[in-house]
Amino acid sequence: MKTLGFAAGVAATMTLLSSTSAFAVTEISWWHAMTGANNEVVDQLSKEFNESQSEYKVVPVFKGTYPETLNAGIAAFRAKQPPTIMQVFDAGTGTMMGAEGAIKPVAEILSMGGQAFDKSQYLPGIVAYYSKPDGTMLSFPYNSSSPILYYNKDIFQKAGLDVDNPPKTWGEVWDAAKKIKSSSAAPCGFTSTWLTWIHTENFAAWNNLSYGTNENGIGGTDVELKINAPAFVKHFQELADLAKDGTFKYGGRTSEAKQIFLAGECGIFTESSGGLGDIVKSGMNYGTGQLPYEADAAGAPQNTIPGGASLWVFAGLPDEQYKGVAAFFNFLSQTPIQARLHQVSGYLPVTLAAYEETKKSGFYDKNPAREIPIKQMMGKEPTENSKGVRLVNLPQVRDIENEELEKMLAGQQTAQQALDNTVARGNKAIQEAIGN
Amino acid sequence: MSPRVVFPNKILPYLLVAPQLAITLIFFYWPASQALRQSMLREDPFGLSSKFVWFANFKKVLSDPNYLNSIQVTAVFSIATAAVAMGTALLLAVMAEKVIRGRGVYRTLMIWPYAVAPAIAGMLWLFLFNPSIGSLAYGLRWLGINWDPLLDGEQAMALVVAAASWKQISYNFLFFVAGLQAIPKTLIEAAAIDGAKPTKRFWTIVFPLLAPTTFFLLVVNTVYAFFDTFGIIHAVTGGGPGKATETLVYKVYNDGFVNLILGDSAAQSVILMVIVIALTAIQFRYVEKKVHYG
Repeated sequence: MKTLGFAAGVAATMTLLSSTSAFAVTEISWWHAMTGANNEVVDQLSKEFNESQSEYKVVPVFKGTYPETLNAGIAAFRAKQPPTIMQVFDAGTGTMMGAEGAIKPVAEILSMGGQAFDKSQYLPGIVAYYSKPDGTMLSFPYNSSSPILYYNKDIFQKAGLDVDNPPKTWGEVWDAAKKIKSSSAAPCGFTSTWLTWIHTENFAAWNNLSYGTNENGIGGTDVELKINAPAFVKHFQELADLAKDGTFKYGGRTSEAKQIFLAGECGIFTESSGGLGDIVKSGMNYGTGQLPYEADAAGAPQNTIPGGASLWVFAGLPDEQYKGVAAFFNFLSQTPIQARLHQVSGYLPVTLAAYEETKKSGFYDKNPAREIPIKQMMGKEPTENSKGVRLVNLPQVRDIENEELEKMLAGQQTAQQALDNTVARGNKAIQEAIGN
Repeated sequence: MSPRVVFPNKILPYLLVAPQLAITLIFFYWPASQALRQSMLREDPFGLSSKFVWFANFKKVLSDPNYLNSIQVTAVFSIATAAVAMGTALLLAVMAEKVIRGRGVYRTLMIWPYAVAPAIAGMLWLFLFNPSIGSLAYGLRWLGINWDPLLDGEQAMALVVAAASWKQISYNFLFFVAGLQAIPKTLIEAAAIDGAKPTKRFWTIVFPLLAPTTFFLLVVNTVYAFFDTFGIIHAVTGGGPGKATETLVYKVYNDGFVNLILGDSAAQSVILMVIVIALTAIQFRYVEKKVHYG
């Protein structure tokens, strides 16, 4: 009798549960790392999506910095409580890809939403970065940016440089930087954020040089670094030499150098296209140009690679959630939404249609800096050197690069030694990370 | 022998200590055993594949030149921080004794920095000494010092030591003031009558009588420098330049939460746990028993 009553109770509860879930709104949690104005964009998009339909509800949750968000997601997955969508920064892409059982490819999810997924609608340079070797798109590009050149027009004028023609090659940058320094137009000529992302990863792609074997890791996880090749050594030795008299000034491992440029200390600056907002806000008389390339590199400039973050979806969740994610990603891909996101936030548009519409509206005539990263990424079909860099432990390899480059800039070792050490230490770390 | 409390029944005493036991079990033994387990596993960040490797992680960590470097960094950092924090606090405490008017205000002001969170203290010093916008960095450059803690490891170390000890001075100051007050005035007066100068009086009477306080603070400051300065290092240098300011605790964080090598990170935290246990044992054995107060 007791068992029967219990069974009946269970049955009744099951019916109740299933009937409620048929009518209830499916919640889709979205963990992200966006602060300030970008956080408002996340909330606004979720709100608009939730109001546009009644089946799904996207719930954005701020989880801290990029690495903190990634860690929170990993911990949640290990505790079997993962969110539906998680925003992961570029350097975490390899980590996510390495976790095949933990994630569900976005291409698969988008086709679950009923609509066939058409990859050709998306910007090729960005999609290539977030795809598997066989071309399956794994994550949804959300905020993408690429490094470009900024310069201070007032300092250029004072130094007697051509205000309307920023330097195009690294050689021209060094000459201009020396002139800025020697003419005392500014205390330093050149500075840069992210030596790893801009001067190693993008330097390789833009000059069509190999960063590592296996298509820089896109073709497989077993990668041997190639960044002690002569072109890299030459570039960093030039930087190290310029650092000696302060013509080049080091700002820090991530975006710290932006302060130096904004303070008017340096005339030329390489930084993410996403950094434009702060420079505009500062009221500086600035100009922008393409990321410089090596004049003697064959095929340069090739294309730059995206930074920023993409949205990953965890595996093992109920189908309704995936349908909801598909609906949300299709909502984000709509041309008016993408065009607005691009124009308001400074992120690159994800779809070609959004780019075309923004172009037609005359937005780029007024804001030429916004088009530079798109052109850099779209100019040429990506080669095996320029699809991006994907290592299971890219954050760790970047740390190693930073440590060795800092020792080089402090005059403790040459560029050749710094890059040889980076390659030796990096290769060892990669082998350990892939379990050999 | 201290008097034994006798409870009327056998269960009550266990019930009374149960909450404390539960807290210790849940918040110490359970995580500690997890760390111990993790330290013998090698697995990917997501825990999709894991392999039991016994002590291989410990072997790897202890033979890693970067780990040995971080032991050295921690030693330099801890000794320097404890020395600066205690030396300055002692000087200020002795000076505060001599202040007659407004002594209370003076002492209260001295205690303020202790209320500042480590990360905030770090940011404060970072701004003051920021090579491009810091006001004190400007002063250093004006003095002809090539101030660049972003690339110069020794300067970076000096900066984190300054920030870490600045925060600890208040705490040490409090204890030194209390210690000084416990020294009988008659001894000092007698020495003064015998013709001992203030410096002589300090080194022969005050300093030896302060020994218990000094020893206690030495242990506390070492523990502080080891484990409580993560926020400052994270905010000021992030362990750089190179690995010049990567202390043991910072390396645990970096390997575990940035590089996602959980096994190595857990092994390091187990080693740290052993160090804490040793430090605590020293404190109980010597500070609590051998030192007599008064």
